[in-house]
Amino acid sequence: MGKRMRNTDGKILLEVRGLKAAVAGVEILKGIELAVRAGEVHAIMGPNGSGKSTLAKVLAGHPAYATTAGEVRFEGADLFALAPEERARAGIFLGFQYPVEVPGVTNAAFLRLAYNTVQAARGADELDPLEFDDFVRERMKLLDMDPAFLGRSVNEGFSGGEKKRNEILQMAILEPRLALLDETDSGLDIDALRVVAGGVNKMRAADRAIVLVTHYQRLLNYIEPDFVHVIAGGRIVRTGDKSLALELERRGYDWLLEGAKAAGKPVAA
Amino acid sequence: MSSTALQNLIEQPYKHGFVTEIEADVAPRGLSEDTIRLISQKKDEPEWLLEFRLKAFRHWLTMAEPRWPNVRYPEIDFQAISYYSAPKPKKKLASMDEVDPELRRTFEKLGVPLHEQKALAGVAVDVIFDSVSVTTTYKKRLAEAGVIFCSISEAVRDHPELVRRYLGSVVPHGDNFYAALNSAVFTDGSFCFIPKGVRCPMELSTYFRINTQESGQFERTLIVAEEGAHVSYLEGCTAPQFDTNQLHAAVVELVALDDAEIKYSTVQNWYAGDKDGKGGIYNFVTKRGLCKGRNSKISWTQVETGSAITWKYPSCVLLGENSIGEFYSVALTNHHQQADTGTKMIHVGRNTRSRIISKGISAGQSNNSYRGLVKIGPKAAGARNFSQCDSMLIGDACGAHTFPYIQVQNDSAIVEHEATTSKIGEDQLFYFASRGIATEDAVSMIINGFVKEVFTQLPMEFAVEATKLLGLKLEGSVG
Ligand SMILES: Nc1ncnc2c1ncn2[C@@H]1O[C@H](COP(=O)(O)OP(=O)(O)OP(=O)(O)O)[C@@H](O)[C@H]1O
Ligand SMILES: [Mg+2]
Repeated sequence: MGKRMRNTDGKILLEVRGLKAAVAGVEILKGIELAVRAGEVHAIMGPNGSGKSTLAKVLAGHPAYATTAGEVRFEGADLFALAPEERARAGIFLGFQYPVEVPGVTNAAFLRLAYNTVQAARGADELDPLEFDDFVRERMKLLDMDPAFLGRSVNEGFSGGEKKRNEILQMAILEPRLALLDETDSGLDIDALRVVAGGVNKMRAADRAIVLVTHYQRLLNYIEPDFVHVIAGGRIVRTGDKSLALELERRGYDWLLEGAKAAGKPVAA
Repeated sequence: MSSTALQNLIEQPYKHGFVTEIEADVAPRGLSEDTIRLISQKKDEPEWLLEFRLKAFRHWLTMAEPRWPNVRYPEIDFQAISYYSAPKPKKKLASMDEVDPELRRTFEKLGVPLHEQKALAGVAVDVIFDSVSVTTTYKKRLAEAGVIFCSISEAVRDHPELVRRYLGSVVPHGDNFYAALNSAVFTDGSFCFIPKGVRCPMELSTYFRINTQESGQFERTLIVAEEGAHVSYLEGCTAPQFDTNQLHAAVVELVALDDAEIKYSTVQNWYAGDKDGKGGIYNFVTKRGLCKGRNSKISWTQVETGSAITWKYPSCVLLGENSIGEFYSVALTNHHQQADTGTKMIHVGRNTRSRIISKGISAGQSNNSYRGLVKIGPKAAGARNFSQCDSMLIGDACGAHTFPYIQVQNDSAIVEHEATTSKIGEDQLFYFASRGIATEDAVSMIINGFVKEVFTQLPMEFAVEATKLLGLKLEGSVG
């Protein structure tokens, strides 16, 4: 509770109001309300298929998703006015639940292009291949990643856990204002989870917010959230502090879903 | 959003679409023995060559256009084509400065200014404009090394015995429909002879350009590397934008004797037609190399980005023991382009080896087929082949096809074939976008990665040009 009080005086980074979104003609998000302030960590939980990844992708600008209602402000400006790559340059980072493989493109080249693109957008210095190599190896050390991953094609043949680590590496390199991490903990072994969580914790900063989508309270033992939200049926049906995650671990989601159904609206915390 | 950007990228108009106004000397349309006699006479050719042409023509009359390639096009009226066109000869040119300024501007627009080419260390350029060689550079330095590099017309005049010995020795006059046509009516092309033990002191380069509307192009190239000789030959093509289809039926013959090595690289960017498929070059080419001697090696590298229709199978006949054939290819098709390309590796001798790396990229509504034959003859004990055929699809409306033919008549041979198909999809592009990388750069990067294995085979300056041709930027830390 104390932590939450400490952090919430940050200014609002992300504000989602009445957001509805559809994919392939099916409405998935049915009125999301969410405010994220600088310095905060939010956890988003919820049953499979409830719309967690959809929310993350809509915020990052996936072209397959159509926003049908509502608005999203990022640092006060209309997020939907920006193309996906512009959102990334503005400081939004999406750590994918299922990172895409890109055969033939080396991780090193990909990471450097991403880094330099974002740096250029910030008016900061770009790095040549040698400088970047030093820089990226440093960041990899923090995540206990073998530099051999630099020479391999992006995510190609990476194990599930290796892909997730590569996502966190990208976050560590791009230093976003808002990181949306979609199930970054899934597929990680116990040691990897600790390392990755450590990496995320190092990224916690007063001017940065982190939104974690997760199914497991376990992750939240490592990364302590200020808020925990439950998404069900395309809405946030419950918001609480980290104790909510513990309660969900014990009770599952049914009690929330039934409550939400009965009330026909989100259940207040 | 990103798919629109992708669409825009794909629809970039042909940048080299302009027509140079140079007075051309065009033969009347139509094809007959008289046309052939006219060509032969205009070129002041010896009797044996006229005979070669006439034999080919008579054979051609008995042949039918091949219909097996996976391409569709309207019937070609061979009588509607003009078989000879040459820039009006002014006088013999002693230096590059005397080249028609209009022609020089053309090359400048293409980004291949002659003065730069000249400056490029060690690149000799035999400029072919339409059908006649306009100028040849570095001739002296090559002559000092004993290398002959000239137009085939000059070779016929100055080295008739060599031309007569090798012309048609790899691609006989009746080999196939288009090769027969070429043998009958070829107007010019390049001749290259590297004598025994000589390593050609520079890369030899020819830029082709089709200029006169509706004039067929029938280039004939002959490269001979004697025992222990080495040569790297570059061929680059680009053409202005026209509405009517232009036929191109070139023949390239390579001969490598014992321990000789020929590396033949092509970057081809002919007008492909507009985005509705109108216009564009029909490119029916016969390219074949004969590894005649032991330990000889012939390597084909091609980057095919143009033409409305490409029909082309640079091949190697591996006759000499331990000889090696290689084929590295990138074929990019877009809009309504059709490409049916690949290679033939004919293993005749013992312990012959071949390697095929083919990368097909299809976008728009195009159709890209790889067709390859690996044939291991009964005497080719210990022969080996490795083939890798990868296809990349951009968008949903295009097609990629692979037709591998494998014939093995010797049990000790090892033939391996691998094929993959991948797609630049929305999710890949979104992944790049979510890292700040715009669609155009993402496509560049993915394509660059895809073709890398082939592009590393190209001479440096050609690789740069080829990368530009694919509309890409070099991949920073890799390239
Ligand atoms: N292209 C599509 N066409 C139809 N339905 C889709 C499409 N993409 C996603 N959906 C549906 O949207 C719903 C929400 O999916 P989403 O991936 O957001 O769920 P999630 O909460 O992240 O689930 P999980 O916990 O399993 O990752 C699911 O029912 C899914 O099947
Ligand atoms: Mg999900």
